[in-house]
Amino acid sequence: MINQEIKSYFPILNQEINGHPLVYLDSAATSQKPVQVIEALKSYYEFDNSNVHRGVHTLGNRATEKYEGAREKVRNFINANSTEEVVFLRGTTTAINLVAQSYGRANVEEGDEIVITYMEHHSNIIPWQQLAKERGAILKYVELEEDGTISLEQVRAAVTERTKIVSMVYVSNVLGTMNPVKEVAEIAHENGAVMVVDGAQAAPHLKIDVQQLDCDFFAFSGHKMCGPTGIGVLYGKKALLNDMEPVEFGGEMIDFVGLYDSTWKELPWKFEGGTPIIAGAVALGAAIDFLNEIGLNEIEKHEHQMAAYAMDKMSGIEGLSIYGPKDPAKRAGIVTFNLEDVHPHDVATVLDMNGIAVRAGHHCAQPLMKWLEVSATARASFYLYNNESDIDRLVEGLRSAKEYFNDVY
Amino acid sequence: MSTNNLDQLYRRVIMDHYKTPRNKGTLENENVKIDMNNPTCGDRIHLTLQVEDGIVKDAKFDGEGCSISMASASMMTQAVKGKDVDTAMKLSSIFSDMMLGKDYDDSIDLGDIEALQGVSQFPARIKCATLAWKAMEKGVQNEDKS
Repeated sequence: MINQEIKSYFPILNQEINGHPLVYLDSAATSQKPVQVIEALKSYYEFDNSNVHRGVHTLGNRATEKYEGAREKVRNFINANSTEEVVFLRGTTTAINLVAQSYGRANVEEGDEIVITYMEHHSNIIPWQQLAKERGAILKYVELEEDGTISLEQVRAAVTERTKIVSMVYVSNVLGTMNPVKEVAEIAHENGAVMVVDGAQAAPHLKIDVQQLDCDFFAFSGHKMCGPTGIGVLYGKKALLNDMEPVEFGGEMIDFVGLYDSTWKELPWKFEGGTPIIAGAVALGAAIDFLNEIGLNEIEKHEHQMAAYAMDKMSGIEGLSIYGPKDPAKRAGIVTFNLEDVHPHDVATVLDMNGIAVRAGHHCAQPLMKWLEVSATARASFYLYNNESDIDRLVEGLRSAKEYFNDVY
Repeated sequence: MSTNNLDQLYRRVIMDHYKTPRNKGTLENENVKIDMNNPTCGDRIHLTLQVEDGIVKDAKFDGEGCSISMASASMMTQAVKGKDVDTAMKLSSIFSDMMLGKDYDDSIDLGDIEALQGVSQFPARIKCATLAWKAMEKGVQNEDKS
């Protein structure tokens, strides 16, 4: 259940910033962490810390069990078929880079196409730019509709038989748009391409079912879903991962090492070179337990409500424009906006002086900023610990920003 | 709301430079041209200078960004225009000290620039204020080498 009590699980929220109680509206950048996650990190280091997959000793076994237990939690969380399909990595960026460097290099040839969209985060643009340059492939962008959504017609127009990879964000970190990735995956498959989903903004907020989406790869980060920084996940279909070469070589990922040649461990460990992010994975497992206890459907519903309430209240402010779908049902809890005549950095500074944390800038989505014809925007993003009074504080802060800048002009 | 603190940042003279920037545009007879941006926030500046015989004869800027970055660019062009390169670099070093909250050399008349002193209290905004100065430094240094 999402109620007033939920804030009390997040110690960081219980503080004043610049003399005002903190209102944290930057969860799309990174979420705050509940005591359960902080406690899991602490307890791991206090009682279980050891290296995994090698020790005969008790701690080694315990650490391994916790690490692999977290993998099972992730498998269940995204409904993957097997833990062999769940690779622990540093985050979404690393996960997409792994697909580009391993699957991409092996399968994309000169003249082939890679299809992405105008609403991608830089982490789902640059790995493909690099791959396209290296292989002499063509990087294509799916045009957006006027309201910042993606139409399947435009996807069909972009994807051809030369397309080898389609990669798309599930939930836009700027527009909040929820994209029809399942339908796009079908189009990709009809044309013999694989479907990569950037799930960084989706995994924290809605129930993920990779089998139902039928995507080939799904990448997400722990820190946006109440977990710690430095841990993320790449899901990949077993048949694809099996054929892929690792991109990092060294300890932990090997089966047999000879003087001039070596063989790799089986899935998923062949992609986890070096001592893995053990504490991070264990704490991500705790974050998943926490989210499951509340229920992803509850969280999604709560965010639609927050987005609807925010859009309603914010549209009452004269000179404020909101980007992305007008229909709150089409978006997650992300509201990106600009206040007429006040630069977003100045908006963010005034809000900060009122204890309200929002993001200002290009949100790592410069091509999208170009499409919106703005150089920067401000963004309020909501999570399970936000409530209507947080949004009231935001609206009040925005009104005072407007007033303040009108006065000093 | 905490307008007192905000007033430290948004002095009237800063807002005046933001609203009616001095030396806005592009020089046609420039011999120094610099583009710089702040990759974390998207602010960008296009600075053109005419440097002759070690003197910054003329300066203009174009670009987009927040009030602090644009006001600072306006003030910077105003401050360095007509000064020799050494003085311009000296001003830049004084400005840098000011942003870092250090004691700074006040033997040179800083004029409007002094209004930006309050920025040092807002660590997240220091980069906004220094963008134009960094562009100017890069420009006159390159001119020195050529």
